[in-house]
Amino acid sequence: MIDLSNIHVTFGKGTPLQKEALKGVNLTIEEGSFVTVIGSNGAGKSTLLGVLAGDVLANEGKVMIGKTDVTRKSTSARAGLVARVFQDPLAGSCGSLSIEENLALAARRGERRGLRSALGPRRRELFRERVAELNLGLENRMKDRMDLLSGGQRQAVSLVMATLAGSEVLLLDEHTAALDPGMAEFIMKLTQRVVSERKLTTLMVTHSMRQALDFGHRTIMLHGGEIILDVSGDSRKDLQVEDLIAMFRKMRGETLDDDALLIG
Amino acid sequence: MLSQIAFWGAVELGLVFAFVAIGVFLAFRVLDFPDLTVDGSFPLGAAVAAVLITVGINPWLAAFAAMLAGAAAGTVTAFLNVRFRILNLLASILTMIALFSVNLRVMGKPNVALINADTMLSPFFGLGLREVYVRPLFVGVLVVIAVIAVWRFLESDAGLAMRATGANPRMSRAQGIDTSWQVYLGLALSNALVALGGALFAQTNGFADVTSGVGTIVVGLAAVIIGETLFGARGILLALIGCVVGSILYRIAIQLALSTDALGLKASDLNLVTAVLVAVALVLPRLRRGASS
Repeated sequence: MIDLSNIHVTFGKGTPLQKEALKGVNLTIEEGSFVTVIGSNGAGKSTLLGVLAGDVLANEGKVMIGKTDVTRKSTSARAGLVARVFQDPLAGSCGSLSIEENLALAARRGERRGLRSALGPRRRELFRERVAELNLGLENRMKDRMDLLSGGQRQAVSLVMATLAGSEVLLLDEHTAALDPGMAEFIMKLTQRVVSERKLTTLMVTHSMRQALDFGHRTIMLHGGEIILDVSGDSRKDLQVEDLIAMFRKMRGETLDDDALLIG
Repeated sequence: MLSQIAFWGAVELGLVFAFVAIGVFLAFRVLDFPDLTVDGSFPLGAAVAAVLITVGINPWLAAFAAMLAGAAAGTVTAFLNVRFRILNLLASILTMIALFSVNLRVMGKPNVALINADTMLSPFFGLGLREVYVRPLFVGVLVVIAVIAVWRFLESDAGLAMRATGANPRMSRAQGIDTSWQVYLGLALSNALVALGGALFAQTNGFADVTSGVGTIVVGLAAVIIGETLFGARGILLALIGCVVGSILYRIAIQLALSTDALGLKASDLNLVTAVLVAVALVLPRLRRGASS
């Protein structure tokens, strides 16, 4: 479960470049729910994800993940609760380490790391099985360096990494944006399967409105640091991509008007 | 050609500096932290060991104390970098400069002689083997132990966390790794090994000198790079063995260059020869890659 109450984030406070990225966001996501997040550039999507992951600390408000108050916790201190797949396929894994070493790293996310060998025979076998489930043939390349893999392959492995250790939430940060359409579709199917099999509480930020409506149980739209749309259930089923685009246009129009007022 | 004595002398010095090479490998390659602290922690290790031995402390304990001193030096660099966000290179230069004064304080004078003092090697002399062989053999055994220990560490969960910190700090944090702590740990470990090298240097050569640290970093890097040129990037164990082999080959190359009359080089040309060797070792892999593509 995720519970954000009255989250305010301001960057560059007290400087001429001060920007309010989030203005009092309230958001509760039930356990096992899959929520998609859309919004234009600068709407606050990345900041929202950052607040949950720990990369951004809120100036005001409270962040609960599961039963833990993580408001002031650093990224590494809350890693046991948060699994994550980044937009950039290079960002979510270590290119200079092998596939199995990356998996070994992820298998101990949020846990103490001792002096036991990271790749004992039992773990090796487990990793092999999990990678084999991807049907990408990567199980025969476990000792290959991660940076020899294509972007899509790396994202697929990243998804496996995200589910090796337990977590309260799964954060997906436009994780198909850097992929070609075929691979993006494969990764989305995989995501769907992983999320439903493991009943993960998931927050997926996406640029694709099609994705936002096709996947998950609930869609929220951010604009100017506020949640301006929050749909689920039947009203979400009726919603078309065209409706969302119309809303985007309307918002952009508003900002243009604002600018025009300022200039005039 | 080299005389037997000169050859084994070079091997011994190469083995002593293998500790430096492994330390440099940990900082530069594993943590991606260009750490020049080693120019100060090498003579620090020599100074601490030499001073403690002259006052009658067990030489093994003295070497251990030297390692602790080295670890402390590395911690200072890590502190400057992590806590105050001073650029890594600059943070290490500050510690290095400071250590020059610290080393003079430790010894109370620019150098300490260990003539007639019992060292870690003393018990092994007089067992029938000539001293020329005993010294490299003794240091070699310690090097093998260090290589195995560092190898097992880097392939453990804890070591993997350190390698990840150097490779992708953002991802490491997302995996729950405290990257600041890893920098402390890595630099402490690295400089402890370098200081152990210094302690062994003092005991095999019979003295500690405050200027003996100049260029340590270049020698360590030379060994790492020669090792990489020979073995390529094929796993941690080979990389560590590469450090050792690279360190020995470097010393033999230097010894050859200096003892070949035809080149007309003097001992004082050492630093120039070192720089040329490192430059060549850096350029060779590039040329090879250029030829293959």
